[in-house]
Amino acid sequence: MKKQTTKRILAAVMAACIWAGSFIFLQGLFMPKYMSEIPEGALIAEYYKETTPHDVVFVGDCEVYENFSPVTLWEKYGITSFIRGSAQQLMWQSYYLMEETLKYEKPKVFVFNVLAMQYDTPQSEAYNRLNIDGMRLSAQKIKSAKASMTEGEDLLSYVFPILRYHSRWNDIKAEDFKYIIARDKVSHNGFLMRADVKAVDSIPYVVPLADYQFGENSYKYLDMMTKLCKDNGVELILIKAPSLYPAWYDEWDEQMAQYAKENDLTYINFLSGLTTAEDGKTQVINFPSLPAVGEDGAAVSSSDMPSSDTGGEEQKAQDNGSLDFSVDTYDMGLHLNLSGAEKLTEYFGKFLSENYEFKPHTDEDLLLIWEEKVNTYNQMKADQYRELEEYGYLKSFGAKPPKEAEKELSSGDLNKSENDLSSGDLKKENTEISD
Amino acid sequence: MLFTSSTFIFFLLLLFSLYYIIPRRFQWQLLLAASYVFYAFAGWECLVFIALTTVSAYFSSIRLTKLHESQSAYLKAHKGELSKEEKKAYKSSMDKKRMAWLLVGILYNLLVLAVLKYTNFAIGNINSLLDLFTADTSIPMLNLILPMGISFYIFQTTGYIIDVWRNKYQAEQNFFKLALFVSFFPQLVQGPISRFDQLSQTLFSEHRFNLRQITFGLQRILWGFFKKLIIADRLLPAVSALVANPDEYTGTYVVLEMIFWGVTLYADFTGGIDITIGIAETLGITLAENFERPFFSKNIEEYWRRWHITMGSWFRDYVFYPVSVCKSMLKLSKWSREKLGANIGKRVPVYLSTLIVWFVTGLWHGASWNFIIWGLLNGVIIIISQELRPLYEKFHEKTSIGGTKGYAVFQMARTFFLMSTLRMLDCYRDVGTCFKQFGTIFYKFNPQILWNGDVLKLGVSAADFAVVGAGVLVMLAVSLIGRSGSVRKKLSKQHISLRYAVVFLLAFSILIFGAYGAGYDSSQFIYNQF
Repeated sequence: MKKQTTKRILAAVMAACIWAGSFIFLQGLFMPKYMSEIPEGALIAEYYKETTPHDVVFVGDCEVYENFSPVTLWEKYGITSFIRGSAQQLMWQSYYLMEETLKYEKPKVFVFNVLAMQYDTPQSEAYNRLNIDGMRLSAQKIKSAKASMTEGEDLLSYVFPILRYHSRWNDIKAEDFKYIIARDKVSHNGFLMRADVKAVDSIPYVVPLADYQFGENSYKYLDMMTKLCKDNGVELILIKAPSLYPAWYDEWDEQMAQYAKENDLTYINFLSGLTTAEDGKTQVINFPSLPAVGEDGAAVSSSDMPSSDTGGEEQKAQDNGSLDFSVDTYDMGLHLNLSGAEKLTEYFGKFLSENYEFKPHTDEDLLLIWEEKVNTYNQMKADQYRELEEYGYLKSFGAKPPKEAEKELSSGDLNKSENDLSSGDLKKENTEISD
Repeated sequence: MLFTSSTFIFFLLLLFSLYYIIPRRFQWQLLLAASYVFYAFAGWECLVFIALTTVSAYFSSIRLTKLHESQSAYLKAHKGELSKEEKKAYKSSMDKKRMAWLLVGILYNLLVLAVLKYTNFAIGNINSLLDLFTADTSIPMLNLILPMGISFYIFQTTGYIIDVWRNKYQAEQNFFKLALFVSFFPQLVQGPISRFDQLSQTLFSEHRFNLRQITFGLQRILWGFFKKLIIADRLLPAVSALVANPDEYTGTYVVLEMIFWGVTLYADFTGGIDITIGIAETLGITLAENFERPFFSKNIEEYWRRWHITMGSWFRDYVFYPVSVCKSMLKLSKWSREKLGANIGKRVPVYLSTLIVWFVTGLWHGASWNFIIWGLLNGVIIIISQELRPLYEKFHEKTSIGGTKGYAVFQMARTFFLMSTLRMLDCYRDVGTCFKQFGTIFYKFNPQILWNGDVLKLGVSAADFAVVGAGVLVMLAVSLIGRSGSVRKKLSKQHISLRYAVVFLLAFSILIFGAYGAGYDSSQFIYNQF
């Protein structure tokens, strides 16, 4: 009798192990891998591969992971950084990523891109997935999912993603088997490199809004970010990256400037130097003088500085560098390309290094790791330039042939939201993948 | 709270854990609380209706039992003292009192059902009539709520009151126990329609943790999810597409619709009932079976004895028998025998009762003419098949094919297609469209859609069809195995590795091939709307 009971218990334990193993295997198999398509989906998970801490952590949407290069920040200023960015990252998603980051490390600075302030409510399941699926299971992931879910979404499917992706059973590819356990890195510390160029050829029409006031929920999470940083002794820098669209309205800018002032935060609007070059066509951003953190610790908003529209000559005279949207964007001004990102990073790095005391890194292991990162970065850079020369587009990096890409871009309304334009394809593909 | 939602799974896990942790004497109270919580998810206003049904059933049944008891006591006390006439007069007066309480109990419930479910149907019909005579007068439709499962719990409660009235058993004295009988949550969604004397045996008992019973219950739940999520919900988009565009999908498409809808409805309904019975089983409660492999039926009468069994028996016991023996029917029987002769005359009351039952059955399924016609057609076909029985028997005698396997398969196929044809009425939901579509089978010849890929444009891919096909084969195999006894009992006698393998296969099939989650919108059970 006793023997039989033991046998039964053993069988049940074995069965439970087989069940758990099979479940984990299948979940790994069915999860989209984002290796050959939609690399944005792989970004969030890459953070957990980091073995050394960071001085600066960026959070936000595509305006951070496309526009800043951590390797440049390291090479030029010796600042270690990581971008925890993802497509259409919403306020609460950024907040919970910050909270989660603090479980692993305590950076000196958090940089948050404020474009997400425009979204006060959950937006789309496809983007939620790109943002949250990559997070490790934690209280932050659950909270982020709860705050993000649109109608019809189920929290359980964020804990067990197979409940969402099981329907890929007839869409499983070789890639799904290859990357069940581990995936390749697609980014450089969260930076998604694109070396190709697609110049701005028209200025998007800015659609006036009925109400410019940011929502209460957005402010709630911004307050939470501010408090989180203050409680943990981390500096919070609010930025608006220099993407030409979706529109960043003056009214929004004023609200952010006001908020920064009230909360002793630094707010930098990189678009404030936007102007038209002498040829009358090319969009140029002459980087304005950056705000200096006051001696008493209080920060100054960049909105207090004269913009390039009114004082362009003076700005230029300061030679802070500039972005030229005939060469520094790969999608007509929506995102910067590699050259644009490196220019912007160099400019922003200068501000960081001048205003915050980052300790020089001397740890041998860290230096070796970053040396390897630099090498990988340069290797990819070389590969991308070679492909551009060879094929005219980034064949192996998820780009489409020029004609196809042009058609896609021209069919989009430039005044649509960032997501509709920049990620329309991504959204579609992600839905296809998920469905 | 859908059976297929994660909220329900959480609810069930919590209930299950508490159920076996708390002292056993509180188990039924916990079930009552859980049932009301479950029902509250359908809307707080629904709780009011179910509570009022319980109150009406409680007071009327208590009163009925008291009347029975006082009658027995009185007759016992006055045994030998009363003349036959006095006894008769006393019984008659008590019968009247009981009838009054019966009416109080059932009329309230049937009235609620009639008002909520049929008012707009009546208004619609009145408006149609008004349209014929006066063009610009119409009664506005009412915005009425139809509480979830109201048809099921009202029928169950009405059956209970009638049984107490018939003195089949005594009224439940504990109000809360009766409330649990009325509201027991697994059967609120789509039945089965339980009988108090059967359900109460296990519903209020104390239950120990019985691993075998719980395993059986879980296996049945899994099997229900398999049918619901892999077959029904995966095939439903094709049915919806066919029904949404009747002008486009004619001829062979209609035949496909008949088959798809038959399979979908069966997998959906039996799947839901399996989940219901399985849940009850994990809690140690035995619910009545509602299906017995109906697609193996050789005629429509047999089919209705094996499909939705508890509803069929409810109509038999509480409508057919009372109608058959009511005074008016007995008078009609007498009249028809006199006027039409014994042979035809004896059929008149039986057939009329049959048609009345099927009219009510149709009406119960839905407040629309398609359901009424569907019900009446069922009755008509049953009557015709009864009339043709002697002819069939003669044919079988002469040809000697009656007992062959091939003929049995033919009979099953015939029943399936006959029932599928009738079921078109509850699929298209419009009598005119249904008959028109049925007609196109005979004059729109388009069998090429079966091989030219057009069928794959119905929202169900080739891969989906393959999954559904495999699911149907499994369902068929299980049905065949089940003919000689419980499949789960047979499985329990197998080697432990095989048992686990079967359960794992079932669970992972559901996990992977189930039509659930984002992108699927068909998780409500079809019978829930009745």
